[in-house]
Amino acid sequence: MSYVFNTGEALLALCENEQLPLHEVMLRRELELTDSSRAALREEMHKNLTVMRASIEEGLQAEYRSVSGLSGGDAQKLFSRASGTFMGADAARAVAAAMAVVEVNASMGKIVAAPTAGASGILPGTLLGLAEVRGWKDGSLIDALFAAAAVGVIIAANATLAGSEGGCQAETGSAAAMTAAALAHLSGAKPAVCLNAAAIALQNVLGLVCDPVAGLVECPCIKRNALGAANAMLSADLALSGVGSIIPFDETVDALRTVGRLLPSDLRETARGGLAATKTAKEITKRLGLSAQAE
Amino acid sequence: MQVFKTFDIIGPRMIGPSSSHTAGAARLAHLAWHIAGEDVKKARLTLYGSFAETGAGHGTDKALLAGVLGIEPEDTRLRFALLLAKEAGVEYEFLFEADAPGPYACMARIHIEGHTGQITDVLGASIGGGNIRITNINGLEVEYTGEYPTVLVQHLDMRGAISAVTGVLFAAGINVAGMRVFRQAKGQIACMMIETDTAVSDALCKQVRTCSDAVLDVRTIDKH
Repeated sequence: MSYVFNTGEALLALCENEQLPLHEVMLRRELELTDSSRAALREEMHKNLTVMRASIEEGLQAEYRSVSGLSGGDAQKLFSRASGTFMGADAARAVAAAMAVVEVNASMGKIVAAPTAGASGILPGTLLGLAEVRGWKDGSLIDALFAAAAVGVIIAANATLAGSEGGCQAETGSAAAMTAAALAHLSGAKPAVCLNAAAIALQNVLGLVCDPVAGLVECPCIKRNALGAANAMLSADLALSGVGSIIPFDETVDALRTVGRLLPSDLRETARGGLAATKTAKEITKRLGLSAQAE
Repeated sequence: MQVFKTFDIIGPRMIGPSSSHTAGAARLAHLAWHIAGEDVKKARLTLYGSFAETGAGHGTDKALLAGVLGIEPEDTRLRFALLLAKEAGVEYEFLFEADAPGPYACMARIHIEGHTGQITDVLGASIGGGNIRITNINGLEVEYTGEYPTVLVQHLDMRGAISAVTGVLFAAGINVAGMRVFRQAKGQIACMMIETDTAVSDALCKQVRTCSDAVLDVRTIDKH
């Protein structure tokens, strides 16, 4: 029998028929598709986890400015007033951790694309930001990352993960969906609940455009990662409370694809529309362009 | 339907901010450094198209310079490339050209003068997701992605040259995964690009160098 699934329905059928958790089906799929051993796959994921953890620590401690000088230090601002926030200290710290990763990315630091560099904060920030208070050990976090990847491969195969093809919904939306499923998985939820969480997260940001100011992975990307982390926690909480997604996961992914195709190219990473086309964005672009030539 | 795997989704581990404008640029220049095969004295780095337009904000210039200094694409010292070049006494200049000399949005020309005075000129493109394609080496049109260990043989376009080189590889038990031959004109300088399943050792590289009078130069490039 084959463990290679490309839809949510096929994934759930495998979990159901074989009585296996989500991450185990994903691991078996990977063993089938590659020459790797189970130990090597877990070790490779552990390497990713290690870089993820380091990128959060770096982003929360040091105040690197981005290469362009446009951003930096915002993660730490939120982190230091976490206990006074409306969303509560744990959630605020997770959101700050998500921002920290993208700030490190913007400063030419080392990150793990998850699924892209522009959306690299949501998955590590949320999982590792909550790990300590929740008591999640590395073994469970690695399981959760495989569960997240299961959601990611389905979106990649049936829609897209690239902002240039599907807008920000495809990048931070997909990252939030992967993270929501991982959070539900870490909470012991059944595979169907994990996919509900993923579906809700995608539905929440369907249509979100990719409009990077001056074409840089900074504004609004850092705050969109903050939103993605919050979206993932909210969607996991809804699904874990028994709230259904109404529209199933696979159909939501189809909607993501069609909405992406309907978006004009100005709103797909070209920096010609949305926030990138505002007066202030144009001034920033001009300023950075001049400094680039002077260098 | 394309089938995606786990580490297509979670990974690669990379230096930001952009897989195309930073990670791809670093890989491109690092490959050029491998092709040069020696320490760099001078580098002229030309950024074309989108690299020229938004490269400064993505650190494309630093990534390119780091590459020709031999710094690995995943190395966090990428951001200090300008400083490291000064420390190493490497002269460099950046040029910015709006129009790319090929059908790609992100292109760069890496022109290297090595310690021995040898010139290496590499033109390539960053094609997204950190993937690259080298399109020209020292004036010869090529198509190269760096996915396999590669032997780059510069030779005279003469009968028997190819057979001599592949004969040496065969005798050493090396399997050729892919091979292309490019020449400027009949009887002129040509280039064999041989992708192999296993890496070619320095000793074997020397054997290839001396296997035929037609062979002018041999360089090996590790898998990237």
